[in-house]
Parts: sequence; structure tokens; C-alpha cells
Amino acid sequence: MKLIRGYPAYMRESIEHVEKTRPRRMKEKYRTLSIEEREELLRKYHPDYKPGTKRPLKIGPSKGMIAPHEVIDLLEAHPIVKPEDVNLDEIDIDVDLLIIGGGGAGMTAALWALEEGLKPEDILIVTKLRLGDSNSIMSQGGVQAADRPPDSPIRHFIDIVGGGHFTNDRRLVKILTMTAPYMMAWLERLGLMFDKDEEGNMLELWGGGTSIRRMHSCKDYTGMEIVRVLRDEVRNRQVPCLEFTSAVELLTDEEEDRVVGAVLLNMESQQYYVARAKATILATGGFGRIHIQGYPTTNHYGATMDGVVLAYHVGARLRDLDATQYHPTGAAYPEQIVGLLVTEKVRGAGAQVVNRHGEQFVFPLEPRDVEAAAIIRECWDRNNGVETPTGMRGVWLDTPMIEELRGRGAFKRMFPAIHKMYSRVGIDPAQDPVLVFPTLHYMNGGIIIDEKAQTTVKGLFAAGETTGGVHGKNRLMGNSILDYLVFGRIAGIHAARFAKHTSPGKPSLKHVIKYEEMLKAAGIETDRRSPVLLPDYRGERVLARRIEIL
Amino acid sequence: MYHNRDRLPLEANDLPEETEGRGETVRIYIMGKEYRVPAGLTIMKAMEYAGYRFIRGAGCRGGFCGACATVYRKEGDYKLYTDLACQKTVEDGMYLVQLPFVPANKAVYDIEELRPEPNILLRFYPEIARCVSCNTCTKACPQDIEVMYAIQHALRGEIERVANMTFDCIQCGLCTIRCPAEIPHYHVFQLARRIYGRYILKPARHVRERIKEIESGKYDQEMDKLLTVSVEELKRIYENRGRIEE
Ligand SMILES: Cc1cc2nc3c(=O)[nH]c(=O)nc-3n(C[C@H](O)[C@H](O)[C@H](O)COP(=O)(O)OP(=O)(O)OC[C@H]3O[C@@H](n4cnc5c(N)ncnc54)[C@H](O)[C@@H]3O)c2cc1C
Ligand code: SF4
Ligand code: SF4
Ligand code: FES
Repeated sequence: MKLIRGYPAYMRESIEHVEKTRPRRMKEKYRTLSIEEREELLRKYHPDYKPGTKRPLKIGPSKGMIAPHEVIDLLEAHPIVKPEDVNLDEIDIDVDLLIIGGGGAGMTAALWALEEGLKPEDILIVTKLRLGDSNSIMSQGGVQAADRPPDSPIRHFIDIVGGGHFTNDRRLVKILTMTAPYMMAWLERLGLMFDKDEEGNMLELWGGGTSIRRMHSCKDYTGMEIVRVLRDEVRNRQVPCLEFTSAVELLTDEEEDRVVGAVLLNMESQQYYVARAKATILATGGFGRIHIQGYPTTNHYGATMDGVVLAYHVGARLRDLDATQYHPTGAAYPEQIVGLLVTEKVRGAGAQVVNRHGEQFVFPLEPRDVEAAAIIRECWDRNNGVETPTGMRGVWLDTPMIEELRGRGAFKRMFPAIHKMYSRVGIDPAQDPVLVFPTLHYMNGGIIIDEKAQTTVKGLFAAGETTGGVHGKNRLMGNSILDYLVFGRIAGIHAARFAKHTSPGKPSLKHVIKYEEMLKAAGIETDRRSPVLLPDYRGERVLARRIEIL
Repeated sequence: MYHNRDRLPLEANDLPEETEGRGETVRIYIMGKEYRVPAGLTIMKAMEYAGYRFIRGAGCRGGFCGACATVYRKEGDYKLYTDLACQKTVEDGMYLVQLPFVPANKAVYDIEELRPEPNILLRFYPEIARCVSCNTCTKACPQDIEVMYAIQHALRGEIERVANMTFDCIQCGLCTIRCPAEIPHYHVFQLARRIYGRYILKPARHVRERIKEIESGKYDQEMDKLLTVSVEELKRIYENRGRIEE
């Protein structure tokens, strides 16, 4: 197919409409929806409401919880660790604090456990890929903190609970918003390169669902900059870390109902290790790679919901997993980058969302679920989307508006990562709009925690995307970086305190036996096993002809 | 799970199988072995299509982590190219190998004890003085950073410049593995950026002031009220909060 500056001729025709309407649209402001209008749009068009995509969970303490089939499938599955295969008498690793997951939450927890007095050698971080390979390193747009008038933690709080449709755990939202400025100062002290003016004031932008500019960023590499700095600091403080090592099951005390470590798997040799710990933190992130409803995702390779599965095996309670976040603007074209994120900051900086005729159909900064639903409606109900050569549909994100609004070169300066991603496939987003469609982005729900980041099971703490409650049924942009900073810190502090006053347990896998019994009692017959650790993208023909020998 | 195709609602997914029908393919050589793969895939997806399942060599899959550093040559072309497997589209006749790990020593330091002195980068990384200005590092960089110039600025102690020009570094290590002077560029740059962020960029005064306000209890009462009001009341507060456009 012949491409003209990255697009086939028929897509170029639609781009011409976008260009034609642009001068008029520059002055046009699309109205925001009322709460009722939002609800109706969601009910009709958001993927969460699609019939036949969910079912209630049949077993365990959160029995009855409705969630997507893909989530329930992993919870109604056999644990991959069989008690008879593991020798628990030999303890390979013995630490005060075991941190599972080396993303933002895990690294923040480690640094604050040190502040609380644990020695580096008393801590171990285990992580599935390399330290920092995570959703955290991918975040682009920014982090919210209400840190200057007329904004306030109160306003931040109200925006969050409204965005979450009033389902949030408000105690956690209070902590989140009241600690936010403090975490910004912490990052400054670690040497983070925030976007600032000459006086050192933070440059703050709009985010979807916020009522004031409150987004702090480091160009569109916010997550990468934070993770680079946290990782450098973790290495400076010499906290031990085992890379390519996954937690595959937790350990519980033989007598007491508490978590006392985990069974780890060396991803390369497939050897297991028994790791005993006085306190354990789950910081394993989200679930994009289980592809809810088959959606492409923005998430990193290891985002397979392991933490939720492990926590549920030991009886921790879960919430809000019925609500999945689809980011409104994932790349829909070309194939190489389908599903990858085009940060909301692009809309925050002034780009509108328009259909194939070049007309707006939604306010660009509605909360994410509302924005996504509006785009789905425009493409599949009103037939106003642009069809790609592979049969996907999308709408235009009018990126050249940013050049018009902020001067030539502004797009590349503000969005080097997005600019690079598109240049590599022959598209210049400063000149041409880009085609977008919702993509699977964030696990709104997860493991229930309290104000000390404790789960409902003793000895087990959790922080970051693997938890639920802070964001209720819909997270707003910029609040999950904040979430892993605030609750990573709290988990680190309280897990360290807990460890200091606890004696090591006697590891057992009794909960696995119990889980198997529950599966049986509920009549669940399946060969599914979980956690799954990594997705499998090998070609179908290869898999069909595969003989497992080596 | 991912292969369960009856649940795909929007046919938005599963690139390899869908491209298969369209016929257009290219030959690639994965560590010397030939495979035919659909055109238009990234190197990463093409390798998976061919039957590889990554443990190393794939991280973010979006161009942010540097886990997928790849080196390749093309048939009939003497040049050695470098790029990111998750971002680069396959081309006919590519000979590929991944570089999932780069050994490079990182200096250990206490950020609180550093100062933005001109010689500080040199002190922690004396090897930057060995740069022979061959520009190989710049050519290797998938992020288009002027790596050689950054090293030259580092040598002259221009911390601010180094910090800003290396901001897009994803620490893939491709520069480092190619450098004849054995410089661990990305660690040097990290140090420069942290010193810049900590000591040269001014701290935000408004953040400190806000922390003081919070600590003084300014918001406690209103916050506690918000914890207990009914959802109806909360909805009302939300609808009436207004947008503040500055
Ligand atoms: C593309 C993208 C853009 C985003 N943009 C923004 C933004 O602009 N603002 C914002 O606030 N939020 C944003 N988010 C969301 C935010 O980045 C994440 O929610 C947040 O970083 C999650 O942090 P975490 O530490 O909980 O999880 P992660 O950062 O995902 O870390 C989890 C870690 O645990 C590891 N792990 C998983 N399972 C196991 C196991 N069994 N054993 C050992 N290790 C395991 C993983 O490999 C990973 O390293 C974005 C997310 C994505 C994907
Ligand atoms: S590759 Fe090494 S020696 Fe060559 S210019 Fe870069 S830093 Fe200098
Ligand atoms: S500077 Fe070096 S480590 Fe950084 S992105 Fe470029 S090649 Fe990779
Ligand atoms: S996998 Fe992270 S940059 Fe390619």
C-alpha cells in the first residue's frame, strides 16, 4: 500500500477535513456532560457494560464479586505451586521484608523501609523482569498534587471521588491528597527533573476530570524519569534485588493466619526458592497483559495480575475488579504501535478529539471512562470513525493544534516520546493528526488495603496498581503515580514496623490445599493454572506444531 | 487466554494472525537463522511470530525501558545498526541479535553529599576522559541523543547541559557496548541529571508552603467532613465545585 507521509490516500482525505475545520475549532469549546449524561453514555457504550463479558466469582472471601471473565478465570484456577513439589524445610532466603515487584510502588517501599530503620540486607526486592521494567516506567503524562492556591487537597479529593463515581475508599483518598505535596518535595530532593519555570515553580497542566491545572510532569517521560531516579537511589542504597525472579505463591504460617514470605521462581532456570520474610509487600502492578475482552494494551510485558491472584490464594479480600480502565487514546494506526499510549497530556495541552469529518463530538477532557465511551460510540454506533487497513476504527487526535496554540516546535518539545514513536513509523504528529481508539490501560480495583497499606491478611501489605479503593471504579490521570508514591511509602514504613515486632514464621502452603478444596467444592473443573507470569504471543502455527521436549 | 478469539469484540487485536492473510512477508534472520514473517511487524512481534517467547529482551514493549536493545545488519550493507525491537519495523534481509544486558559499572554515591561542582562527573567516572570523539555512541543511540557531545560537555563539567540533552535516555546501553573508550554513558548522564534536579533546578516554594499548611491542620476539618457526608451530598459538592481556569 502506498503511504503519503505515513497515511494511505483515503485516510489523507479525512485528514483534509480535519485541517479544514481546524481554524474554526480552535475557538470552539465542546460542552462537558452532566452526571446523568455521563452515566447514560457509560451504560450504553463503555466496554465494562458490554453484556456477556463478566461473571460472578464462585469462591473465596470475595465470592459473588463480578469481574471480567479473564479475571475470574485466573482466580478460579489451580495455583501453579503444588505443595508436594516444594521443600519448605530448606529456607533459601531469610529477610525481614520481602518486596514483590520492582516498579514504582516496590522501589518507593524499599526506600522508605530504609528510612524506618531496616538495613538494606534485611530487605529483598524480587521482580519478574529487570528492576524498573514495569508500568511505572511507561507513564507519560504526569502526576497530580494540589500544591498551590487556589487549588487545595480538598479540591483534589472532590475531583477524585467524582471521577471514581463516588465509590472510592474516602479514607485512602484523604491520605493520597494530603500526602501528595510531600511526595513532590521528596522527588525534588532525590533530584527529579520536574518541568518548572525559572523560579522553580511547577508547570502544571490539565488532566481529564480535574477542575484545575494540577498535573506535574517531566515532558512526556514522567514515569521514566521517576523510575530512573528511584532505581538509581535503590542501587545507591544497595538494597538487594533479584531480577527475573517471580513470586509464584505466598507462604503462610503453619499455625497462624499470616503471610511469612513467598515461593519464588527463577524465570530463566525455573528453579524455585523458598523466601521467608517477617513482612511481605505486594507491589506487582496491573493486568493489561491478560487482555480483557481481547483489547490491546498500553501495559508492560509482565502486567498479568499476579499480585491479586497470590493475595486471593491466602484469603485477602478484593474490590472493584468489575471496573476496567480503557485509556481513551491508544494508537489505532499503524499496526506496529496499536494499543500504545498517546498520553492524555496531549489533550491537556489543547488537542481536540474529532471524527472523520473533522468535527468534535466530546469535550476532550471528560473522565477517562466517559471519554472512551464517547469515542466507541462515535466509531461503532454513529459510524463516524476512520477505518484502518486492518479493520480497526479510530478517531483523530488533532495534535497539530498544539503547534498552533503554543508555537512551532512545541509538540516535539513537550512530547518527545510520542513524537519519536510516530516518527519511527513515518508520521509527524506536529503536522498531521494521529488516529486513536481506547486501549486497555489500568486495573481500577484490586486488593483491599487499609490506611497502613495492610491487606485483610496479617503480615501482607500491598501498594500501587495491585490495590483497590483509592480510585474507586475509575482512576483519573496522574493519580496512580501518586498512588504508588504515597502508598508505596506507607507500605514500606508500616511493613518495616511490623517486621521489627514480629518473629519469623514457620512457612507452609496450607492455604494452597484449602484453595484446591474450595475449587472442588464449587464444582470448578479446569486445567487453568495461575498466576500466569507472562503472556504468550508466539504465532499460532508455531504453537500448534509444538512438541515439548527440551 | 489471549488466543481465545471468540471474545474479541472489535477485532482490534492479534496482529500476527491477521496480517498473515494479507500475504506480504519479509525474510529476517534471527541470530543467523532464516524466518519468513509478515511485513509491518515490529522486530519484537516478528520474533514472537516466529516462535520466540521472551523472558529477557522485552520489558515495557513501548519504547520506554531499553530492555529490547537490538543490533542488526542488512544484506549487502556493511553497517552495523542498532534500535529497539519493540519500536523498529522489520525489513527484508535483517540479521538480528538482541542485547538484553549490558555490563556497566555504576558509581555509588549519597546524593545529599554531592555538590554541583564542575569536576564531579569526572570524579565519579574518570573514564570519560578517555573519549576519542569517534561518535560511535551517537550513531548507536535509538533515542537520537547527541551522546558524544554530551560526554564532551560532561568532561567540561557542564552539568545542566548534559542533564537537558540526555533527558530522553532510556538507558538501553547501546552506546556503552559500542564505545571504544569503555565509558558507561548512561550512568554518567543519570548522575548529571540527579545533580541538576537536586541542586541546580530551584525547589518549588509553593510546594513547601502547601506542606506547611497541611501540617498546620488547615484542611483537617473540611477533609473530615468529606469523609462522612452522604454520597448525595458529595455529588452535590462535586457538581458545584466549578472549573478554575487560570
Ligand atoms: C503507558 C502507561 C502510561 C501511564 N501514564 C500515567 C500517568 O501519566 N500518570 C499516572 O499517574 N499514571 C499513569 N499510568 C499508570 C501508572 O504508571 C501505574 O499504575 C503505576 O506505575 C503502577 O505502579 P506499580 O508499582 O503499582 O506497578 P508496576 O509499575 O507495574 O510495577 C509492578 C512490578 O512488579 C513486577 N511483577 C509483577 N508480577 C510479579 C511477580 N509475580 N513477581 C515478581 N514481580 C512481579 C512487574 O514486572 C513490575 O516490575 C500509566 C500506565 C501506563 C501503562
Ligand atoms: S563512542 Fe566512546 S569514545 Fe566514541 S565518541 Fe562516544 S564516548 Fe567518545
Ligand atoms: S544515550 Fe545510550 S543508553 Fe541512553 S538511550 Fe542513547 S544509546 Fe541508549
Ligand atoms: S521493551 Fe522497553 S524499550 Fe522496547
